[in-house]
Amino acid sequence: MAGNSLDFKNSKIKDFCWLGLVAFLALLPLVPAVAADSFRLHVMILILLFASMSQAWNIIGGYCGQVSFGHSVFFGIGAYGAGLAVVTYGGTPWPGIAIGMILAAIVAIIISYPCFKLSGHYFAIATFAIVEIFNRIFLVWDWVGGALGLDYPIIGEGLGNLMWHQSKVGYYYSALVIFIIIFGTVRWLEGHRFGYYMRAVREGQETAESLGVNSSAVKLTAMALSASMAAMCGAFFVQYNLRVDPPMVMSLDMSMKFVLITILGGAGTLLGPLLGASVLIPLQEYTRALWGGLGGGVDLIIFGALIILMVVKQPDGMIGILRDVSKWASTKRSRKEI
Amino acid sequence: MALLDVSDVTMKFGELVANRGVSFTVETGSIVGLIGPNGAGKTTLFNCISGLCKPTEGKICFDGNDITGWKPYQIAAKGAVRTFQVVRPLKDMTVFDNVLVGAFLKCSDNRKAFQKADECIGLCRLETVRERLAGELSIGGKKRLEMARALATSPKLLMLDEVMAGLTSTEVNESVEVIQKLKQAGLTLMVVEHVLDAIMSIADKIVVLDGGIKIAEDTPGRIIDDERVIEAYLGAKYSQRYKRRNEIGAVD
Repeated sequence: MAGNSLDFKNSKIKDFCWLGLVAFLALLPLVPAVAADSFRLHVMILILLFASMSQAWNIIGGYCGQVSFGHSVFFGIGAYGAGLAVVTYGGTPWPGIAIGMILAAIVAIIISYPCFKLSGHYFAIATFAIVEIFNRIFLVWDWVGGALGLDYPIIGEGLGNLMWHQSKVGYYYSALVIFIIIFGTVRWLEGHRFGYYMRAVREGQETAESLGVNSSAVKLTAMALSASMAAMCGAFFVQYNLRVDPPMVMSLDMSMKFVLITILGGAGTLLGPLLGASVLIPLQEYTRALWGGLGGGVDLIIFGALIILMVVKQPDGMIGILRDVSKWASTKRSRKEI
Repeated sequence: MALLDVSDVTMKFGELVANRGVSFTVETGSIVGLIGPNGAGKTTLFNCISGLCKPTEGKICFDGNDITGWKPYQIAAKGAVRTFQVVRPLKDMTVFDNVLVGAFLKCSDNRKAFQKADECIGLCRLETVRERLAGELSIGGKKRLEMARALATSPKLLMLDEVMAGLTSTEVNESVEVIQKLKQAGLTLMVVEHVLDAIMSIADKIVVLDGGIKIAEDTPGRIIDDERVIEAYLGAKYSQRYKRRNEIGAVD
């Protein structure tokens, strides 16, 4: 992303736009056309959730340049954290969410420490393997329900149980809170030392080190942060679906989704994950609703075609297209003035 | 006390010996030039000092610490910062952001870091390209960016690896001015350079490497007469031309 945060005026305007967007999203359930239609609200919730999840991935994958396909593991740890707290221990999900987030960060550090010795594609391949390992372990592990997974009992709705039965509005606002936390964190990082260090490590690890940047510490911190946020999203996901099993959360499918959404929208940018999610998630949900009878997977076909088109035509993603359009518009305007 | 003390450093890559028993010191506040033919081991020596390579044998002390085998970022944090001969811009970041990464080493506060970065951009004359992506700069611009970025870390010892190679003569003169300004500001510099006129005019001491071995260490005035240096690197013609020009200079 061109420009820097010294550009106070510019970044103020940008922050203002974001605040406007958040206010718009907060008021959206008041519009009857959205609130009355449960499916539309469902799509909105998933957009917010996957935008947040992809933004969590974006911290390590986009800003720090370490493409991880292992994020469904952290997503899953968060999901199982909440699931175990409610199903196995019969309490509220909150302690499970907190423990899941901490555990995800710890697991992320343990996994990444050896994997960061690899660079580029090799790192990505190693993270592929990690997903498989966790998937298999959770499939046979009785304590977490094994292959059957965990099914939620019917308990009272409300914020205490993070569960709503009558309407989806409660879920919608919870997703919005997660969205604000994760996007807010990344926005803050963008303008501070750690954000610059992450980008420096992405652009050239040795160069960054020669300028006094401890690149392994930066990568591990970014990974831990990214993982704990992924776990938060996972916990919400299971609260929303009211069940969890290994293929649902800890699968390559899931990992790919986070990566593809971010790449489609624009990796390493604040807006990218939101753009990607607001295209891919409606696509996925509406094709599933319309053509689900074809056996599923229609959304993945369109998904794949879109990604190929994007990578060939505009590797920077949708954000790159937006940038091109605004550049084209401004040159056209300046030509008119002459 | 010397700021940098390199003693008996040997660097082997397998059977290939890039440096053999090199020793010299860099005094605080001086400019030391490091010259020698291609493949003499200048950049390897830089890599050893800046922590990119761990010397096979020998010891490197910087500012009272034995830094042999330290990680590059630890050495940079101590205050010995280098530039790269083959430029390494952080391509997808703007020039300002590049320099800012350096500035963040000593200033954790945003405002101070921004000020420091702007100061270094001004010093290296990069104001006009401040918001451009670093990957889009010309080679001269990239070389100046290397220097600005290193400077922004507020180093005690700045190690410049051929920052003048491939520049026009005007640009070389500008770089020489900047280096002299830095020296006046109390910085210690170590400069690897093939642009001899530039290095001879600014260095307090010249260290000459050939085939990985130090063959001379002296003031520029005496280096120019050193038989071994003339044979290995300078050539008789350059030596004479340099002396003639200096005599004319003295008459003027």
